[in-house]
Amino acid sequence: MMITRQLKKCFLALIFSLGSIVMFSNVENTEVLTRHEEGGEHHANAASESGLVDSKEEINAYKAHHLADSHDFHLFSYGGEHGSQRHHVGFSLPVIVWTSKGLVVFMSSEFHHNDDGHHIVSKKGIKLAKLHSKIYELEANAHAINFNKEHHPINAHKVLDFSITKSVLGMLIAGLLMLLGFSSLAKGYKRGAIPTGFGRVLEPLVIYVRDEIARPNIGEKKYRKYMGFLLTVFFFIWILNLLGLTPLGFNVTGNIAVTVCLALFTFVITTFTANKDYWKHIFWMPGVPVPMKIVLMPIEILGMFTKPFSLLIRLFANITAGHAVVMGLIAVAYTAREALGVAGGFGVSFLLTLFISLIEVLVAFLQAFIFTMLSSLFIGMAVEEHDHH
Amino acid sequence: MNLLNDFSPGLFIMQAIILLVLIVLMRKFAWKPILDSLNSREEGIKDALDAAENAKKELQNLNADNERILNEARAERDGMLKEAREMKATMIADAKAEAEAEADKVIKQAQVAIIAEKKAAIADLKNQVAGISVEIAEKVVKTELADKDKQLALVSSLLEEVTLN
Repeated sequence: MMITRQLKKCFLALIFSLGSIVMFSNVENTEVLTRHEEGGEHHANAASESGLVDSKEEINAYKAHHLADSHDFHLFSYGGEHGSQRHHVGFSLPVIVWTSKGLVVFMSSEFHHNDDGHHIVSKKGIKLAKLHSKIYELEANAHAINFNKEHHPINAHKVLDFSITKSVLGMLIAGLLMLLGFSSLAKGYKRGAIPTGFGRVLEPLVIYVRDEIARPNIGEKKYRKYMGFLLTVFFFIWILNLLGLTPLGFNVTGNIAVTVCLALFTFVITTFTANKDYWKHIFWMPGVPVPMKIVLMPIEILGMFTKPFSLLIRLFANITAGHAVVMGLIAVAYTAREALGVAGGFGVSFLLTLFISLIEVLVAFLQAFIFTMLSSLFIGMAVEEHDHH
Repeated sequence: MNLLNDFSPGLFIMQAIILLVLIVLMRKFAWKPILDSLNSREEGIKDALDAAENAKKELQNLNADNERILNEARAERDGMLKEAREMKATMIADAKAEAEAEADKVIKQAQVAIIAEKKAAIADLKNQVAGISVEIAEKVVKTELADKDKQLALVSSLLEEVTLN
């Protein structure tokens, strides 16, 4: 009974890991795309001073730009045809950076939408420039960023960036939505045992996470302690995934720093609530001969880290790949213009994008579910009471 | 490595802080009350179901009790009827026996009385016979003491007269 359950768990983990590998290869592709774009960037910039996104290079650059975090909230742009002025609509966000002179705060509008490091902002006697959504501090005597052959700056270094970037804003919005929605659900229970209004939608989701994710994986006795984390993470990831599908263009969960942080939480919780049996199974696997114990030890220790690592890569890769595919399909409208005509290009693009977007809605839920599910599975493995055979 | 280059430590720290604060806030203001309410509601439902089940069982018990009481009453009634019937039979039998006994007694008394009467009659008869005999003897003695033949004829004629009645 015990063994079959273990096997089932391992099998499940394996399936999801395979899924993540497939997705990972997808990301490699996007990386290649991005590199390609980096090489041809100057050319692209030169070709489109107007700021129009039209050619393949421009589309790739736009895609890479979207996938990266951003310091201002860009909604849409218009104009720029036939040499007219290109207008960007959006709003700037606060930049908060820790520099050699301490904390510096200003609005991102001071960079004037410049993202290639040419616009220098001077604050507190230091010079800051924004390059590919990263903020660099120039060395004291430098007046402009000098690049080496790989297009890396040589006289500037990155600063610790606590800015309210688009991703941070997304997280704050998601957090706010969660707080508003669920605290109203919580308050609703004071009026009666049956929730009313939007609470009717939220309550089954909470019950779902509790009964389908936490209880079966962690166990009836211990699940309650981890519900706070699991529920928060589930809804946080889900809302952010869904926000990423809106035209607002958030890409929070497709941001490696975000998924690393989420997975780290799971790792810390797993490691610090693990019981004696968990460590015993890692360092001195019971029930196998001594040479096997020695062989299994490094594998199990590696397993401690690969489990959360698979979590972070899976979420990151799925969401990044999803965004890349959706943007690529939208771009079909432009890239297939010659082959299919304007109407044909738009039609094909529309249908394909619609199809993939629907799948992405499913993926948004699925990734939140899988992350929470596997987190609870890992926690469950760590706190499981083994009956001694 | 593009991935490593993309990794922003600042964003990581912001995310960690936001997530931590969010977990704490959500636990306090949302998850704890929600889960508590859900638990208490589920327990309430469970209790209500148990109570309903118990009520059902009690009702069944009550029905069984009623049935039992009814059966008992019926049995009692039957018993009473049977008893009454038996009582009637015994009473009749007793009355019969008593009547017979009384009749026997009356008959016996009558017999005794008859016998006594008979004895008395016989005694009386004997007395009368003795008296008659004495009278006859007197008459014989008075009238015909001389003639022996006549005496004998007399005696025999007297004897003929005397019939033992």
